[in-house]
Amino acid sequence: MSRQGVGWYRHWISFQTIFIKEILRFTRIWVQTILPSVITTTLYFVIFGRLIGDRIGTMGGLDYLDFIVPGLVLMGVITNAYSNVVSSFYSSKFSRYIEELLVSPAPDWVILAGYVAGGVARGLVVGLAVMLVAMVFTEIRIHSVAVTLLVITMTAVLFALGGFINAVYANSFDDISIVPTFVLTPLTYLGGVFYSIELLPAFWQGVSLANPVLYMVNAFRFGLQGVSDIPVGIAFGIIAIFILVLGAFSLHLLRRGVGIKT
Amino acid sequence: MPALDVQQLTKTYKGGFQALKGIDLTVEEGDFFALLGPNGAGKSTFIGILASLVNKTDGSVRVFGEDQDRTPELVKSFIGLVPQEFNFNLFLPVVEVVVNQAGYYGIPRREAKVRAERYLKQLDLWDRRDTEMRKLSGGLKRRLMIARALVHEPRLLILDEPTAGVDIEIRRSMWTFLRELNAGGTTIILTTHYLEEAESLCRHIAIINHGEIAERTSMLTLLNRLNTETFVLNLKGRLSELPQLGGFVLQHLDDCTLEVEMSREHTVNGLFEALSRNGIEVISLRNKQNRLERLFLEMVDRRADAGWSSSDPANAPDAARKVTA
Repeated sequence: MSRQGVGWYRHWISFQTIFIKEILRFTRIWVQTILPSVITTTLYFVIFGRLIGDRIGTMGGLDYLDFIVPGLVLMGVITNAYSNVVSSFYSSKFSRYIEELLVSPAPDWVILAGYVAGGVARGLVVGLAVMLVAMVFTEIRIHSVAVTLLVITMTAVLFALGGFINAVYANSFDDISIVPTFVLTPLTYLGGVFYSIELLPAFWQGVSLANPVLYMVNAFRFGLQGVSDIPVGIAFGIIAIFILVLGAFSLHLLRRGVGIKT
Repeated sequence: MPALDVQQLTKTYKGGFQALKGIDLTVEEGDFFALLGPNGAGKSTFIGILASLVNKTDGSVRVFGEDQDRTPELVKSFIGLVPQEFNFNLFLPVVEVVVNQAGYYGIPRREAKVRAERYLKQLDLWDRRDTEMRKLSGGLKRRLMIARALVHEPRLLILDEPTAGVDIEIRRSMWTFLRELNAGGTTIILTTHYLEEAESLCRHIAIINHGEIAERTSMLTLLNRLNTETFVLNLKGRLSELPQLGGFVLQHLDDCTLEVEMSREHTVNGLFEALSRNGIEVISLRNKQNRLERLFLEMVDRRADAGWSSSDPANAPDAARKVTA
């Protein structure tokens, strides 16, 4: 137990171990985890950007192809950050190897941070890959590197937390696909990825403002292109509040052992 | 300071089933301790609480003086668990399972690799270090669970049926390994299907039944309680009529096999003298039943028959006979 000790160093090692394990997991099966998002968004760029986009003209003051780039990047980040954590954590529950962590002295927040960091890593890798694909179709100039990186990271953290909560409550592999299919996809598609909410009637604009993804897409669009339907400060505030609420709830679930202890 | 000090430990599951009903148990440091009980007695719940896999309802758990509620991380670092069920990521290579486990305990990767090599070699798994878990046999998986539980060098090792389903050769080698580990100072708590295993390895024993401790004593004291012993003798010739041997109760199993029950007052030498006097030659003999198994059954049956703490008295005797320890 010479270097085992107690405290931050040990927690750091525990975190590192979970994080590396998560990265190895999704990179080992990259054909299942990275490639599908790249292929899907390439199709989006070809069909909506090139073929249809040329006929649409401009959106929010930008060429349509340029307009959809931030949304498509963020869509890849959201779905991958979410699905990495939900599938990895649920698998560890299903095959009971979550017990390896539960018997260890790694605190709840370290376990949560490790899984979330793994989800963020996959989200960012896919985001970068989609961005590289976008560069094939259009020129990308980043308006604000700080805003871009902050939004993309915070969004990945938020949806990784969402994936964790989903995994805690899931009792079957069906349960881990319900939220992505029936909640995440509609929220993303209605979150201003393909259109500006200015196109909507006033009532639907109001409804759209209840969609948290809208704030993320617009803040990210501001970071990349300097335009947004929403004030960026409000967008950051809302993402931060969601992170705090979901983070606190996730820790509460872990502390109580919901879904993992009897 | 005891390795384990449990006071008034209770567990009531959702739905009201009370698995543990106020257990008090102390295990001294350095002991090799058997925890036996029939199916559903509460052993796995008890072990689950010690290992922080099950939330207790009430009571206290202290490991080497540290309270599980106050210093959970320290208590966890003292304990190594070999669970009953396999709980691996089946797609990971053997060595990665052990290295990761060390990492969860805060052991840096370089040191974790050194320790993984040491324990995998000790348990004859080093040659399989790059094999994916799903390709290992049941016996190898059981050994890997021991290596994984030891990688953080725990002071208290808890083994929940570690030899279930492994062949006799691997079981014997695991016994040797565990004896050496215990001799090196590691306190061991063992539950097992095989009462012969508990009798051979453990110095103290607790029998848990219906969520309560039915007995807690030393193995020697418990075995001394047996007043009679039964042997099965294979005879050289046929025996048509049972002779009368004073102090021995004889029973024919078949023409060439005799069952002899004798009290502790008599000796095996005395038995052979009596048999020789009657012209009976014996080829071989064996104990009819493992001694601990017999005591265990007597104890569990007696308490079940007395309606002892049974939540469902109608089923209790049947449940008690399922000796799975």
